[in-house]
Amino acid sequence: MKLTTEQLREVALLARLRLSPEEESPLTMELDAILRYMDKLNQLNTDHVEPFKHAISLNPLREDRVTNRPDTESLLANAPDRDGTFFKVPKIIE
Amino acid sequence: MSLAQLTLHDAADKLHKREFTAVELTESVYERIAEIEPRVRAYLTLAHDSALQDAERADERLKKNASGGALLGIPVAIKDNFLTKGLRTTCASKILGDFIPSYDATVISKIRSAGAVIIGKTNLDEFAMGSSAENSAFFPTRSPWNIERIPGGSSGGSAAAVAADECTAALGTDTGGSIRQPAACCGVVGLKPTYGRVSRYGIIAFASSMDQVGPMTKDVRDCALLLEAIAGHDPADSTSVNSPVPRYSEMLAGDIKQIRIGVPKEYFVSGVAAEVRDAVRKAINELEKQGAVIEEISLPYTEYAVAIYYIVATAEASSNLARYDGMRYGYRANARDLLDIYMLSRAAGFGAEVKRRIMLGTYVLSAGYYDAYYLKAQKVRSLIKQDFDVAFEHCDLIATPTAPTTAFQLGEKMQDPLQMYLSDVCTISVNLAGLPAVSLPCGFDKDGMPIGMQLIGKHFDEVTILRVAHHYEQSTPWHTQKPKLRD
Repeated sequence: MKLTTEQLREVALLARLRLSPEEESPLTMELDAILRYMDKLNQLNTDHVEPFKHAISLNPLREDRVTNRPDTESLLANAPDRDGTFFKVPKIIE
Repeated sequence: MSLAQLTLHDAADKLHKREFTAVELTESVYERIAEIEPRVRAYLTLAHDSALQDAERADERLKKNASGGALLGIPVAIKDNFLTKGLRTTCASKILGDFIPSYDATVISKIRSAGAVIIGKTNLDEFAMGSSAENSAFFPTRSPWNIERIPGGSSGGSAAAVAADECTAALGTDTGGSIRQPAACCGVVGLKPTYGRVSRYGIIAFASSMDQVGPMTKDVRDCALLLEAIAGHDPADSTSVNSPVPRYSEMLAGDIKQIRIGVPKEYFVSGVAAEVRDAVRKAINELEKQGAVIEEISLPYTEYAVAIYYIVATAEASSNLARYDGMRYGYRANARDLLDIYMLSRAAGFGAEVKRRIMLGTYVLSAGYYDAYYLKAQKVRSLIKQDFDVAFEHCDLIATPTAPTTAFQLGEKMQDPLQMYLSDVCTISVNLAGLPAVSLPCGFDKDGMPIGMQLIGKHFDEVTILRVAHHYEQSTPWHTQKPKLRD
């Protein structure tokens, strides 16, 4: 096995996903099978290969200038919870 | 023949000659939708009222100015991962189930100002993750050629809508084949432009180093016209390229004599269905008869493409989808603790395949595994790109099948994610290398399901692949076939 249930739970916490007990075992097996498939990359020696960076070379540097107008109302329109012109979120600092 | 069946270029000609109005054309499309949508289910959201307003405005412009652009008054379907101001955009996910964008994607602004009529938002695999449109959180779309079969994915709704005349043309996105594979499955034309050719601003991000927007159309000329309308530099997308957009539709003519077409042997192996190989071989013979020079080539790293892709794409997705945290928009679970809100919102909001990919992406980026998976994949990705660089030293384009099989049965691959991933085997390398590629119809299998041929071009050489595609299309009847859609 490339992936244990313990590891699966650690990754789920990193990914901020609560897995149900019913999801854990099939997901472990599926991910394990996929990771084993990916092992085929280890057939290749890539010691002297540079990792891929860009498909095309670009120079995207530009002046750092605000170009969009603030539009509080439309930005808040999809908020799950709000208080006036603020997003309402649970208490973060104890 | 109903107006909904017309190609974009025919409809545009006739609109400009005032043979009918944009409102009549739009209504014809909605009549067709009313007739067959209960069976095909290509759309997640229809925008009938605003579409009629779009059409009325287009008619005003047509009255005033007889030389409007090709898109003026044309009914277009939009994959539901493009932000459309004021029109619900779900990405086929429950986490965005009632999301109303406050702005338009750049390509949407472009086609709106060109006078296109937005018919509605089409179904897809949730967050564009899938090859069958079955991963939609709402319902699967069905192939108009056989409603027991998948339309392909992830842009399955757009492909089905074009094939079934539920729109005149459509937009899709392609990260690993999501325009080309459904185009092949549904017997339409689909183009993934060069990475950087079309703005990604306002497209819901999946894997940012590969995502690209492109046209899905009834023929190659339509494809060229729609590409012209959406391509170009956008200051809001720093990966979009600032180079002039060719007039693709005016460069389709001309013979293809001495054009060198590479045929990679790795795409004609036993994993590709014999009927598909035969049809594509025949199509390549046809191009040879018309003067193209055919050369067998090798792209030796092809067999590693799926493994690389499902590392790189899931890594990028795990990062891109971190934004769905239930705080500023999207679904928020009912819990008191911050961590619980994050974890429960995402658990309830994402479907099985999206969770699988977020997990995989998080794993391959995590401490201790980064070098073994992510870095390794990016190194082999360089070798994939090098394969193409070498091939393009002596070829003008490369011809392959678009998909290893024709459309499979609904449910056939849902229990085996790895088998589903392998349906992208012919399209994925193109995204890894950032190249342009078009899929066009080249025949049918014994069950009457369409087969697609893929033409891959050099970076920014959409002109050549469109010209060869157009040439082939002119000499074959495939694109004129329509699905029967019997009860």
